[in-house]
Amino acid sequence: MSGKHRSDAGQPASSRTAIPPGTRDVLPEEMRELREISSRMRETFEEAGYGEVHTPALEYEEVLRRGEEHAAGARYRTFDEQGEVLALRSDMTIPIARVVGTRYADTEPPLRFCYFAHAWRAVERGVGEPREFLQGGLELIGADGAEGDAEVVALTIEALDAAGLRRHRIGIGDGSLYRTLLHDLDVPEDRHMPLLECLSRRDLVGLERVVSDLPARELLVELPALRGGPEVLDRAEGLQALHTALERRGVEDRVIYDLGLVRELGYYTGAVFEVYDPAVGFALGGGGRYDELLGRFGRALPACGVALDLQRVHLAQAAEEALA
Amino acid sequence: VSGLTVAVPRGALFGGTLDLLDTLGVDTAEVRSNDRKLLFADAGIVTMRPSDVPTYVEHGSADVGITGKDVLLEQSHRNVYELVDLGYGRCRMVVAAGDGDPIGSALRRLGRVRIATKYPRVAARHFADTGRQAEIVEVKGSVELAPLTGLVDGIVDLTATGRTLEENGLRVVEEIGVCTARLIANPVAHKLKAAEIDRIVERIRSG
Repeated sequence: MSGKHRSDAGQPASSRTAIPPGTRDVLPEEMRELREISSRMRETFEEAGYGEVHTPALEYEEVLRRGEEHAAGARYRTFDEQGEVLALRSDMTIPIARVVGTRYADTEPPLRFCYFAHAWRAVERGVGEPREFLQGGLELIGADGAEGDAEVVALTIEALDAAGLRRHRIGIGDGSLYRTLLHDLDVPEDRHMPLLECLSRRDLVGLERVVSDLPARELLVELPALRGGPEVLDRAEGLQALHTALERRGVEDRVIYDLGLVRELGYYTGAVFEVYDPAVGFALGGGGRYDELLGRFGRALPACGVALDLQRVHLAQAAEEALA
Repeated sequence: VSGLTVAVPRGALFGGTLDLLDTLGVDTAEVRSNDRKLLFADAGIVTMRPSDVPTYVEHGSADVGITGKDVLLEQSHRNVYELVDLGYGRCRMVVAAGDGDPIGSALRRLGRVRIATKYPRVAARHFADTGRQAEIVEVKGSVELAPLTGLVDGIVDLTATGRTLEENGLRVVEEIGVCTARLIANPVAHKLKAAEIDRIVERIRSG
C-alpha cells in the first residue's frame, strides 16, 4: 500500500478516475466501524420486533410522486427500455409505504420494519454534503398517536445507546402546530407562506418583521422560540399525551420539546423529531408521524418513523469514544 | 459566555461586538489587547473574518456568532438560526455606477449589464428578481476599481457613508437592502443549550 493520493485536477474527462462530488469510497477501517454501529442498531430494532427490509434503489418516479408531490426530493432520474422514468429513492419511507400497500395488503397491523440502505439527494450547496448517504431507520405502521410516537422515540434512543452514543437527545415538535395557530388567529391565507418560509429558514429576525403588523405578533414570534422540558407543553397540547407515554417508558429526560421544529418533507402530519448529539453540529437524523401517506398506497394506516444518517452517527460515536 | 463559544467578527463589526459582549458580562480585555491571537478559551471567544462566522457556527465549532446581514444574504444556504438584529454596523447594500447611466445604456444597447461585486449571489439574485440580464464578475479587492477601468458597467457593494464611492466617481443608483449585525446560532446548540442562548437573547433585547 503506497500513501499516494492522486488528483484529477487538469485531466481531460476521458482519463478521469474521480468519483462525483458528494459520493465516497469506504475503506476497510471505516467500513468495520460502520458495520459495528449498524449491527448494534439492527439488533436493537430486531429485538423490538422490527424486521429488516430492502427495496430497490430505483423506483418508478410516478410511485415516489404518489407518496409526495416532489417525490420527497428525488433528483436522479433515468429512463428504462420502455421510456418509463425511473428515479433513485431519496428516502426509505415512501418505498416502505409502497411495500405495505402491495405485499402486506391484508396483514393485520401493526407492522414494524427497519432498514439500512442508501438514499440519494441533490447536492444543492456544493459544500461537501453527501449526494449518496447511508440511512438506518425504522417505520411503525398501524400504531396510532402518542403510543406509537413514544415507541419510535424510545427505540431511537435505545439504538443510539447501543451504537455507543451517550449524550444524544431527541427534539420533538408538532408539525401542524404553527399552521393551526395561524388559522386560530385568523391570519389571512396569503400571509401564511412568508411566515412558514421564515420559520423553515430559521430566520427569526425575518419572522419578526413579517408579523410586525399582525395583531398577534408577539405570540407568533414567541411560540416557535419555545423549547425545553414539559413546561413548554402548555402551549402544545397535542404533545402532552406523548410526554405521558414517554414518562411511562422512562425516557422523558432524553427529549427536548421544540415548538419551532419544522421538517422539510411534506408528508408529516403530527409529531416531528430531530436527533441531536452535542459532538455534531448537524442533526443526526429525524422523522415523525405521517398518517396520510399509507392511504396513497391503498392502506389507510397511521404511521410513524425515524431515519438516522449513519455517517453522522459514526462521527458522534467517534467523539464519544475520544471523550471516554 | 456561560458555557457558550462565540464567533466574533474582526473588521468593521469588531468594536461594536466587543462592546456588546461587555454588556453581557464577558471579559473582553484580552481580546482587545491582542490582535494576533485568534482563540480566547477563557472568555469563550473565537475571532475570525466576518464571512467565516456562518461556517464555524453552522458546523458547531462555535455555538453562536455575530456577523453582518450582508454575509448572511450572500451565504443564505447556511443552516443557522438568525436570532436577533443587533442594530449596529448599519450599512446599505447598493448598486452603484458612474455618471451617464452606464447600466441603463448597457441594458438598452446590449441587452445585458456587467456587474462587479464581492457578493455574487446577492447581485445575481437582485438582477434576476428585477428581470435584467446581468453578467456577474466576482472580485476580491476594491470593487470601485472595476467600473473605472471599464471592466464592468456598475457594482454591487456594501456602503456605510458612501464616501469611498463618491471619491471614485460612483453614485448609488439602487438600494438592495439595509444590513446590520445579527446574532446567529447553531441549530443543535439552539436545542441543547437553549437556556444559555435564550439568556443572552433576552439580555440583548432588554439592554
